[in-house]
Amino acid sequence: MNLSLLIIVPFLTAIAILFSKEAKTTRIISLLGAVVQLALALFLLTAYLQERSAGNTAPMLFEYNYVWFAPLHINYHVGVDGISIAMILLTAFVVLAGILVSWKIDKWNREYFFLLLFLSMGAYGFFISLDLFTLFFFLEVAVIPKFLLIGIWGSGKKEYSAMKLALMLMGGSALVFVGLAGIFFNTNTFDILQIAQLHIPVATQKFFFPFAFIGFGVFTALFPFHTWVPDGHSSAPTAASMFLAGISMKLGGYGCLRVATYLMPDAAHAYSGVIIALATIAIIYGAFATMMQKDLKYINAYSSVSHCGFVLLGIGMLTKTSINGAVLQMVSHGLMTALFFAAIGMIYGRTHTRMVAQLGGLLKVTPFISTVFVIAGLCSLGLPGLSGFVAEMTVFMGSWQNPDNLYRLATILACASIVVTAVYILRATGKTIMGPINQTYLRLNDATWNEKLAAGVLITGIVIIGIAPFLINGLIAGGTETIMKQIGKTIISK
Amino acid sequence: MSNYSYIALIPLLPLASFILLGLWGRKYFKTSAGIIGTASLLASTLLSLYAAYSYFFVDGKINGAYGKVEVLKYTWLQFSPGLSIDMGFLLDPISIMMIVVVSFVSLMVHLFSIGYMKGEERFATYYSFLGLFTFSMLGLVLSTNIFQIYIFWELVGVSSYLLIGFYYDRPSAVAAAKKAFIVTRFADFGFLIGILILGFYGGTLDFGTLLQRLTSIQSSEFISITRASFLGVSMLTWGLLLVFMGGAGKSALFPLHIWLPDAMEGPTPVSALIHAATMVVAGVYLVARLFPLFAMDDAALQVVAYAGILSALLAAIIACTQTDIKRVLAYSTMSQIGFMMFALGVSGYGESKGLGYTASMFHLFTHAFFKSLLFLCAGSIIHLVHSNDMKNMGGLRKLMPVTHFGFLIACLAISGIPPFAGFFSKEGILMATYESNKFIFFIALFTSALTAFYMFRLYFSIFWNKEASTEKTHHGEGSLSMKVPLIILTACSILAGFVPFSKLITTDGIPLEEHMNLLFSIAPVGLALLAILLAANLYKKANTRPQKLSQSLGTLYIAAKRKFYIDEVYLFITQKVVFNLIGRPAAWIDRNIIDGSVNLLATVTGKTSQGIKGLQSGSVQNYALYFFSGIAALAVIFIYLWK
Repeated sequence: MNLSLLIIVPFLTAIAILFSKEAKTTRIISLLGAVVQLALALFLLTAYLQERSAGNTAPMLFEYNYVWFAPLHINYHVGVDGISIAMILLTAFVVLAGILVSWKIDKWNREYFFLLLFLSMGAYGFFISLDLFTLFFFLEVAVIPKFLLIGIWGSGKKEYSAMKLALMLMGGSALVFVGLAGIFFNTNTFDILQIAQLHIPVATQKFFFPFAFIGFGVFTALFPFHTWVPDGHSSAPTAASMFLAGISMKLGGYGCLRVATYLMPDAAHAYSGVIIALATIAIIYGAFATMMQKDLKYINAYSSVSHCGFVLLGIGMLTKTSINGAVLQMVSHGLMTALFFAAIGMIYGRTHTRMVAQLGGLLKVTPFISTVFVIAGLCSLGLPGLSGFVAEMTVFMGSWQNPDNLYRLATILACASIVVTAVYILRATGKTIMGPINQTYLRLNDATWNEKLAAGVLITGIVIIGIAPFLINGLIAGGTETIMKQIGKTIISK
Repeated sequence: MSNYSYIALIPLLPLASFILLGLWGRKYFKTSAGIIGTASLLASTLLSLYAAYSYFFVDGKINGAYGKVEVLKYTWLQFSPGLSIDMGFLLDPISIMMIVVVSFVSLMVHLFSIGYMKGEERFATYYSFLGLFTFSMLGLVLSTNIFQIYIFWELVGVSSYLLIGFYYDRPSAVAAAKKAFIVTRFADFGFLIGILILGFYGGTLDFGTLLQRLTSIQSSEFISITRASFLGVSMLTWGLLLVFMGGAGKSALFPLHIWLPDAMEGPTPVSALIHAATMVVAGVYLVARLFPLFAMDDAALQVVAYAGILSALLAAIIACTQTDIKRVLAYSTMSQIGFMMFALGVSGYGESKGLGYTASMFHLFTHAFFKSLLFLCAGSIIHLVHSNDMKNMGGLRKLMPVTHFGFLIACLAISGIPPFAGFFSKEGILMATYESNKFIFFIALFTSALTAFYMFRLYFSIFWNKEASTEKTHHGEGSLSMKVPLIILTACSILAGFVPFSKLITTDGIPLEEHMNLLFSIAPVGLALLAILLAANLYKKANTRPQKLSQSLGTLYIAAKRKFYIDEVYLFITQKVVFNLIGRPAAWIDRNIIDGSVNLLATVTGKTSQGIKGLQSGSVQNYALYFFSGIAALAVIFIYLWK
């Protein structure tokens, strides 16, 4: 399969939108584009599985390499393994759901959908890139639309939030750039697969690893660089929140894994203690901070800080199972948090408030939306049968394989967060969905067809992973193997 | 051995009912939901009974011992080559006994609810939740893998949450549901770490392999888990105690019991099913499932025994002072689970040393019948009186003869009066305890007398005492669907004790001969009869003696009535410590210090650029000035500072 289609389709859809005159055509074109994206992603999955079952053991499949700028050895080099396919599927699900919930956007709707599609193009490009320069290029493509989405269609202190988000993510990108430049000047290539064959001197790795890891870490809410998350999410319009938490934060996790850890495994070993410490802090501290929030979007944003901590914890533990868990957690959290934001958006669209104290008893008037909210909450607190459980347990199980006592302590602390998560999720559910109903909300309408469809898409993903994790686990494990080989080399060389 | 694949249908039928009613119940099965749910459970129950029959009486025995059968195993999630979650169905004496109990009691509750929940707006939702619970509970008892049991453990917890909070517009129900979930979640945190420890050292999550490796003294796994220690306690003990913590949470053992009395906010049939007969005994089942491993470790068994007896005693004392009939029953459940637990704790492994284990399972079995009967009777009573408080009741025996008879039988059974079900199981427990731990035995004997006292206090206050007010006579006991389960369960409470348990369920699967010692029974039965007489004296007719008695007990009475202030301690810890000392500071630090420093950085950058933007003024004179001052500065540096 030609991977470039994943970039071309969103691009063409975005261009087509620019020529549409009416809001209705814009919506339909975007929806069609999103459906094609999902179809492509699913097709890619089947094609990949076929290749693998036919015995193709290359680390990356469907590679395509084209010299872009020879003097600097910049190539347009793409290819996928199990991990990137998992991320591509996640993106396709979130994009489709995000377009569906934005159905009623009336302010500048052409520009809005254009930006959403543009962002998705950046994400796909990022996940298939095997060249550090193109990877960085697509990372930037995915950042810029967010600034506009929040600044124009946001709510509350949107200018502040948009600026903060853009500056912090740009700062992260700058660090990433330093890291990538460091790799380039020591290997004289941008090609990820080639770099993996070479061995960057350990001292150099140790110097540049923090740049790359922290830079990508900013995207995935690495403590203490997570403060853009609550403000950014709370000011963003619903679909932008979904994209931000469901896709953008995953760019960071993927980068930490594919670039920082994979290319600089010695440094990953050297810094694993620091990573684990920061991740554990994010998990526990994020969970406790969530407990005190009063605004639904803040609750979900802070809980994302805590949940993304599991991704970093899994990467930091450097065992095969824990890295599998980290990837699973990225997919699971992406779907779950997008669903949560969608539900919050639906509630906000009807009640015009997100304050927990002002809501109550919504189950009586909007049973569908309330059920969606509860499912997202249960997934967040790790209920078996939904994706969150599978991901968290894989991280815990993988982390525990590291027999160091301090690492064990970190694992225990991370496990303790399942209790705190239950506290904040059930508080929020108890006050908004259950309890006596606020009399002003007696006449709310339940979800419309597009909202139902959006929730259905995401819930399907969550439930499939939750009930049949063996479907996705094998896919991811294939990709993790390549990374583990790289990490294994260092253990032997020590 | 015959093919047991049909076992899969036993949990899957209730699951089907959950999915069907959950997705379309509101629209299409608004009134028929009860029939659908009950029919699916009837099928499950019949299959369970058939499975029990063919296992126990046809082909379960291999060389004279009941063996384990695993059917339909499938790798659900592979963590690493050794560690995986395999979903499957494990059949052995205790799991077969449990599927019979769970499906049977669930069937009774399904049937009873047709009448009890009639006219409820979310009738179909109620039945779908019941289906979810039954599925999870059956999945739990059939688990082949310690992680599989954890999965269903959590599912059971969430179904309990949904059912306690069924009347979601009542703040008290929402709070109770939340409390139940969070307290058990806290216990499950221990359970999870326990699984991680046992899985790591055992190198597997499969029950069979795990038990086999960790109970053979020569195996490398056993050597490593007993050698490794933390804080002077071996990892085996840690693992078992942490797993036990999970069990203690679900089974409402002291001090993790605080959720159980509040859980009575749920509909009464739910209390009968979840919080009396099935879910709350999951902890006992878990210890029994890992019993060969517990038997390897004395320290862990001691903890189980003392946690059990303490729980049994405290709950019995509290039960004597409560006036909400469902709460009395809840405390009595807690106390009876304490009995099952310490019976396991005093038991050993193999042949006659394992009598405590057999008795514990026996008590679990009989208790399920008489306790669910008590709760369903309480449901009938509440249906009639519209109150939970025994002060609003009295003289109901003429109004509801079936309920009265059932309640009386159940009270006799729980008090251990022969020949009712509880007598046999409780005698077994007391006898096993007498042989291994005299201290626990005497407390158990006292608690057993207390049991008789508070149960008959309840009985006399409801059915005798003052005369019933006449305006309540217009409707009697409710429909047939409510009476039939009461009658069936009454029959079970009379007969269940005659099941030859020691021939069916033993630690090692080899049937034992029963030894009933009638002389031994004199003390417990005599004490129970005395306690009943005392209760009759105090509560059969309205009088002031109970008040005088409670006043003379003074502080002890008040402390017991206030449930020994344990709720207050928890409230203090959660509200004052966790929220104020951890949550609030975390949120504050995030907004003011971490985010503050980000904003500060932005402000400084802003101010700096404000300050230096004058530099780019566009006027050549200024530039020339900067240029020459720069040259001058460099010159100074070069001339004087350069070496």
